[in-house]
Amino acid sequence: MSTKPATTPVAGYRRNDRGTQPDLLYPPYASTVKRAPSHPLVLLPASLSEVTGPVFGFDVLKATDHDLTKQHAGDPIGERIVVSGRVLDTNGRPVTNTLVEVWQANAAGRYPHQRDQHNAPTDPNFTGAGRTQTDSEGRYRFVTIRPGEYPWRNHYNAWRPAHIHFSLFGPAFSTRLVTQMYFPGDPLLDYDPMVTSIPDERARRRLVSVFDWETTIPEQALGYKFDIILRGRDETPMENYLPARS
Amino acid sequence: MSLQTTSSQTVGPYLHIGLTWLINADLTGPGITGDTITIEGCITDGDGKPVTDALVEIWQANAAGRYAHPEDTRNLPLEAGFRGFGRAPTDAAGMFRFTTIKPGRVPGEGGVLQAPHINVTIFMRGMLAHLFSRIYFPDDSANATDPVLARVAADRRSTLVAQPIAGKPSALEWNVRLQGAGETVFFDV
Repeated sequence: MSTKPATTPVAGYRRNDRGTQPDLLYPPYASTVKRAPSHPLVLLPASLSEVTGPVFGFDVLKATDHDLTKQHAGDPIGERIVVSGRVLDTNGRPVTNTLVEVWQANAAGRYPHQRDQHNAPTDPNFTGAGRTQTDSEGRYRFVTIRPGEYPWRNHYNAWRPAHIHFSLFGPAFSTRLVTQMYFPGDPLLDYDPMVTSIPDERARRRLVSVFDWETTIPEQALGYKFDIILRGRDETPMENYLPARS
Repeated sequence: MSLQTTSSQTVGPYLHIGLTWLINADLTGPGITGDTITIEGCITDGDGKPVTDALVEIWQANAAGRYAHPEDTRNLPLEAGFRGFGRAPTDAAGMFRFTTIKPGRVPGEGGVLQAPHINVTIFMRGMLAHLFSRIYFPDDSANATDPVLARVAADRRSTLVAQPIAGKPSALEWNVRLQGAGETVFFDV
């Protein structure tokens, strides 16, 4: 917590390195063509509005929220997995007590959603939504089933690789992140325009979870690790005084 | 040590499954002071078609101009029931609605007080990273000296200012045009 008067310049959150984030307009992902802004984004220096953000308490969570296999009367169909990792910032510091929300398709690649018309079965024992909070070392853990791949209509014979959606807040308005976690060895990754929208090949690979013996539970579930990095703080407020974009 | 921020990906079309549990379209309540307002708007794409699968989040200070966040240490009142966060999906007509209070002023660039504003994030299928914008209030004299509005080209500033709705007192309209004529200003935050 800063003890300086809030009227002094505030240190913002580090801007992302070129190529690590997707381009907003990426025509191979057809829906971007009419939805991406055509004007450049206006650079906003950090103020109190951007370095603060919503704070959620553990009161918003229920005991089964992190275990997607225990939210209904029966067991969901599919291969049980444990997905865990740490949430860190770009300075390597753990992001503690922050809300993590996930959602995913069932084992057959189907969402229980009115707009999902894929001809695959829904599972009455699987909703596919979970949430948790990171602990004092930035760790989180979900128990779920491995989601299925599914077709979509972006282009001929388009299939999404298996994925889990992640939503995180971090400490500030500037640190909000929504992403998707993928699985190692998925042959669809190279053909997926959401993945290939990220210019930097190394950044793409960081969205792929890693199989992990340590979190694998004998006779029960395979473990996958997925660390998530949020923007970290600038050490100085210098960046806040870039000239305005014309 | 310097790590790279995890890449953003779209929320996709089924975002409701994971995100609507935390819907909060009404930030007002007992003990929360300030002028109650409703803000509604339609999100439209480059063809002017309503975006029916978007999610809007807002973040704002309370009526005294204080954020419910440990970093805001100014000696201003906090209100127990006011978290300052709202989340609402767009409906079948592409409309979203919030009921909230007009926030007070908070300091900005160079120590200049910013005009009252609500910070906005927008998520949707076809948006590979969420968009940041702001809602300002009509007929507020502070808009003229706001350091953020000053960074925006004069002919685009009006896209950030909500408008009164005729016949509906305390109701404001703030539409989001993703692309094309009247395109809303989005920020690199």
